[in-house]
Amino acid sequence: MVESRAYLWPNSRVIQLSWLPAKPQHWSERLRGIASAPDASARWAECLALSRYRIDFLETAKLDREMQRLRERGLLQPEDSRPTLRLAVLASSTVQHLLAGLRIGALRHGIELLIHEGDYGQYRQELMDTRSSLHAFHPEAVLLALDSHHLAEGGSADSSLEILRACWQQIRGLGAVVIQQTLLPVHPRLMGSNEQALADSPAAVVESVNAALRREPHITLLAIDAAAASDGIAQWHDPVLWHRAKQEVHPRVSHIYGELAGRLFGALRGRSRKCLVLDLDNTLWGGVIGDDGLEGIHLGQGTAIGEAYVAFQRYAQRLARRGVILAVCSKNDENNATEPFNRHPEMVLKSADIACFVANWQDKASNLRTIAKRLNLGLDALVFADDNPFERNLICQELPEVAVPELPDDPSFYPQIIADAGYFEALAVTEEDRERGTQYQANLAREELRAGATDLEGYLRGLQMQLIVHRFDALGIPRIAQLINKTNQFNLTTRRYTQEEVRAIAADGSFIPLQFRLLDRFGDNGTIAVLIGRRVGDAVDIDIWLMSCRVLGREVEQACLNVMAAAAHAAGAARLTGQYRPTAKNAMVRDLYRRLGFTLLSDEAGTTHWELLLDRWQPVPVIMQLQDESLAAGTATGR
Amino acid sequence: MGQQEIDARLTEIFRDIFDDDALTLRPEMTAADVPDWDSFNHINLIVATEAKFGVKFQTAEIESLKNVGHFEELIAKKLAAQGR
Repeated sequence: MVESRAYLWPNSRVIQLSWLPAKPQHWSERLRGIASAPDASARWAECLALSRYRIDFLETAKLDREMQRLRERGLLQPEDSRPTLRLAVLASSTVQHLLAGLRIGALRHGIELLIHEGDYGQYRQELMDTRSSLHAFHPEAVLLALDSHHLAEGGSADSSLEILRACWQQIRGLGAVVIQQTLLPVHPRLMGSNEQALADSPAAVVESVNAALRREPHITLLAIDAAAASDGIAQWHDPVLWHRAKQEVHPRVSHIYGELAGRLFGALRGRSRKCLVLDLDNTLWGGVIGDDGLEGIHLGQGTAIGEAYVAFQRYAQRLARRGVILAVCSKNDENNATEPFNRHPEMVLKSADIACFVANWQDKASNLRTIAKRLNLGLDALVFADDNPFERNLICQELPEVAVPELPDDPSFYPQIIADAGYFEALAVTEEDRERGTQYQANLAREELRAGATDLEGYLRGLQMQLIVHRFDALGIPRIAQLINKTNQFNLTTRRYTQEEVRAIAADGSFIPLQFRLLDRFGDNGTIAVLIGRRVGDAVDIDIWLMSCRVLGREVEQACLNVMAAAAHAAGAARLTGQYRPTAKNAMVRDLYRRLGFTLLSDEAGTTHWELLLDRWQPVPVIMQLQDESLAAGTATGR
Repeated sequence: MGQQEIDARLTEIFRDIFDDDALTLRPEMTAADVPDWDSFNHINLIVATEAKFGVKFQTAEIESLKNVGHFEELIAKKLAAQGR
């Protein structure tokens, strides 16, 4: 009873995780029941499920408290399959009230967050002192959560930025990623609309610093100023609490703060979603194409509702242009479903924008499985947008890995809710992100060619593949780091490295770090494989070997081995060694080394070690042209 | 809103924050009577009460809070001022 009438905030709405489904009645009972789940992995799964409801800041704190208790009782032990992130939070005022939100925000994106909380206001000393607890913690990311009073009072924008830059440099020295919180506009204006005329007014300094932060390369922003601009600063900051407890961010939005950060952690660990699966009737247009016909559906100029659907299509198309894959999953006869795409003049989305189109009368859970399989994606890469609550509930129950936004009744709000949900959080846009949509399209064309080809060899010849090898270079590093952090299936060791670590490997002459790009007659597949060889004694050991599943079954793995073995041999190594480290997702490469002619050295609980002697080894011929640029940089054989 | 309903809602909030489902409120109760009622949870209590009742406390009011009974009176006064 209390629940139903909660949140009557005078004259304003309380900010919620509005895209998540409403909390079920028995949420609290389920919370208390976590401990009795059979094992740690089931308990973690239940915590994850409970975090994916529309919970508020109090429930977020309760879930966090319960998880701390489970940890203390040894009931939530870490597991290898669970990604973790070591985060240091450095602040100039109180952030204790934000930590539960951060941990649950990370949990919602599948990440176990280990937090080091810096001493209040001691961030510069901690960064400088190599014996500090911060250094001992070995953070993988540092969240610099400095408040506006600290940075914008009594200084200029330039002096604030100078402090920040010095911090960033020290954070990078720790080998950690910088996450810089933007400044909240908490200061009342002195001038008004033209505040910038008074450069040293705190409000103007905040604006200048935020603008400068947005031009800064190589840092990741936690843009709470943008959130406050959209929610209203009064939601995010209360001067009463600032004076009383030095809380700059209002505890009421601590769960939102944590969610915004959780997305960044997810993106750092390559867990952002990749594909938006769209329903058709009443999702991309108004009405039912099978009943109303081409002329009867609402789409386009003339009616407000028709324009709302056009706006949503345009939003989806813009997402596609920046690398999100689009798919369609509709209960329809295929002919009806495709008709608007081919014949309706107001359709923004065209067939070419949809990487995988499924329209039939099967249940949507089966169809989503099909879509994931056809696109070589995990179910946890999908977002399913459907106006029909029945279909949404079905997917939530059958396929909990799939994200299902609670679409509001009015299609005018579809784009905002998808944006608010932050499913596709990205840290940078690579050229390949822009190309991805077309790449998937081309992939389906390749599939059709394969279906038509009678033998594999003929099919591969028909592809006219060209494989280009480079050592890691500055241009390729963002994409390489992305692949290292998100590739789960074709990945022998599943080691994750941050962009900084990748850069360090690229510069170190004892490594043979190779990136492979594949072209064929359908287009450029982009960087599709990464191998890192590391000189160890008389051998080169394969530290990382991963490949995009898009190019499976095309002899690319053999071609990659040919290149690495030759490079190792040229570097004077007698042996090439490698390991397979099993995870929940990489069973497909368990036998890779055996298939490629390696000898098994040992097997420790599923982790296998392999070697290939190089003195009499000959490359195995493959059906593609190889262009080896890896020696051009000159350091591959530099030892 | 009657005294009883205020008491019931506030009890829910206390139970949530202090994680004690058996907690019952008494008018003379103060921070000294509840384990974990520290300055951090005090803020949580104020913020949760503001959110769940739809009221706003002033800096001076928070400073001068004496006990649970006084807190409930303050909530009742604010609700009455909104005509609720």
